[in-house]
Amino acid sequence: MSDLISMTLAEARDAIRAKTISSRELTGAFVSAIEKARPLNAFITEAGEQALAMADAADKRIASGQVGALEGLPLAIKDLFCTKGVRTTAASKILGNFVPPYESTVTQNLWDAGAVMLGKTNLDEFAMGSSNETSAFGTVINPWRAKNSNVNLVPGGSSGGSSAAVAADLCLAATGTDTGGSIRQPAAVTGRVGLKPTYGRCSRFGIVAFASSLDQAGPMTKTVKDAAIMLKSMASVDAKDSTSVDIEVPDYEKLLEGGIKGLKVGIPREYRIDGAPAEIDALWTKGAEWLKAQGAQIVEVSLPHTKYALPTYYIVAPAEASANLARYDGVRFGYRAEGVRDITDLYEKSRGQGFGAEVQRRILIGTYVLSAGYYDAYYSRAQKLRTLIKRDFEQAFEKCDVLLTPTTPGPAFGVGAKTSDPLEMYLQDVFTVTVNLAGLPGISVPAGLSENGLPLGLQLIGKAFDEATLLRAAQAVETAADFKHSPAKWWSV
Amino acid sequence: MSVDKDTVRRIAKLARLAVPEARLEPMAGELNGIFQWVEMLGEVNVEGVPAMTSVVAQKLKWREDRVTDGNQADALMINAPGSEDHFFVVPKVHE
Repeated sequence: MSDLISMTLAEARDAIRAKTISSRELTGAFVSAIEKARPLNAFITEAGEQALAMADAADKRIASGQVGALEGLPLAIKDLFCTKGVRTTAASKILGNFVPPYESTVTQNLWDAGAVMLGKTNLDEFAMGSSNETSAFGTVINPWRAKNSNVNLVPGGSSGGSSAAVAADLCLAATGTDTGGSIRQPAAVTGRVGLKPTYGRCSRFGIVAFASSLDQAGPMTKTVKDAAIMLKSMASVDAKDSTSVDIEVPDYEKLLEGGIKGLKVGIPREYRIDGAPAEIDALWTKGAEWLKAQGAQIVEVSLPHTKYALPTYYIVAPAEASANLARYDGVRFGYRAEGVRDITDLYEKSRGQGFGAEVQRRILIGTYVLSAGYYDAYYSRAQKLRTLIKRDFEQAFEKCDVLLTPTTPGPAFGVGAKTSDPLEMYLQDVFTVTVNLAGLPGISVPAGLSENGLPLGLQLIGKAFDEATLLRAAQAVETAADFKHSPAKWWSV
Repeated sequence: MSVDKDTVRRIAKLARLAVPEARLEPMAGELNGIFQWVEMLGEVNVEGVPAMTSVVAQKLKWREDRVTDGNQADALMINAPGSEDHFFVVPKVHE
């Protein structure tokens, strides 16, 4: 069975089309792998029975010659995507029993393509975190362990359940969402591929909102090709999301062909930060050499406002979050506090008891920066910084087609290692957050192992709506890195 | 500028968030750490720079002004923590 679950999405698709395996066989193998992997806590809700029913329906369609782009392929869905009739929690107590009466557009697109849902993956509460430790449903454990160590590590965040599930072979691929790095950072620290598309490429309808001007859904996969296949099905223009963009979704898989001869790859000098481990820098240099060896031209570029990106993000994102999360009031859905005096007490206690510490902290930051007297000093200034950060990228892209950077400042860290200081946790996103502020597509590709045997990723950043070039460059890194490592399956012995 | 315990109490009230008295002081410390860090934005000259309104150049879409959905009262009530005959039940608002 283990060879079934270790297939890539493309391999499984081709095997199903060739009828060498059925969706039922494949789905059954994943359902049992998920049960064995419960120590990882990657799933909040397992949907084994429903998955097998969806697999049977796919097999029937295959028998009758109707084969969708993802027909019969089992996927894991971040528990931030509303799934009709299946509990959707955002990893928060306040949505602990919420069963959506509607389906998110991205997941609907996947089911329309024939995919099978294995379950809903764990995440940081409301996607606010970089280690999956703020989940009300417990920390996810990274399938990877350092050399000669039994210490539990975090799988990154916020899409930590999805990254763990892909790395541990608990699904062929998973969905994630990325507001400041939540797809790319967890993919990097679990040795897998994570793609954040251009803002507007995928519909946000039915995704529990965190920061609406930054949130974007994307795939987490084993290979770049799999990411291309997933994005093709996930992306769409949608009347239910006015920010989804009406630009044709190309066949990204086909566009992977052709190589990178003549591609101009920018190296932004400001991403060399003080105190970053030498191995990160070395890997980055190696990445540039790999691309050069395949015919790319390396150019140095400057993104002068890089250091202001994280503080800008920690004004803009909490401000939007404080507005978005105002809807959780204990009245129409979600957690309601008991024994309250009046309606205001009901709001305050439901929210105080329903939201975890990090979410509360961000609601307070957001409320403060939007409050009378502080709006100009904080929020308005941050939005101007955002313009400058986006301008930096526009100027850099006059000289190059894609940018190459590290994805994270280091490999996966220990559970509890960074929870005492919020700022230290925020710094995890130092290389990824700029991309969200500028609305650009970014991808993390596994590129090597750290000294202690943990995966490290390289990030590529593309021009808006040019995911095709981005994916082609990512595949060049993937080919050169030839990263074939997988974690030892210590949880299922 | 520095956030004190009373400021935390005030913004918690604005956010309709019950923060226990014992958490006010530590929260003020955490927020101060974050606000001191974002102070660095003050060193950038933003004169004449427009505030970002949309990250992707796009005209906001319009749609025909007609009802496209509705009559979903049952679906809307299924997650209600307190309901009666398609009404949300809350504690008394007026005596």
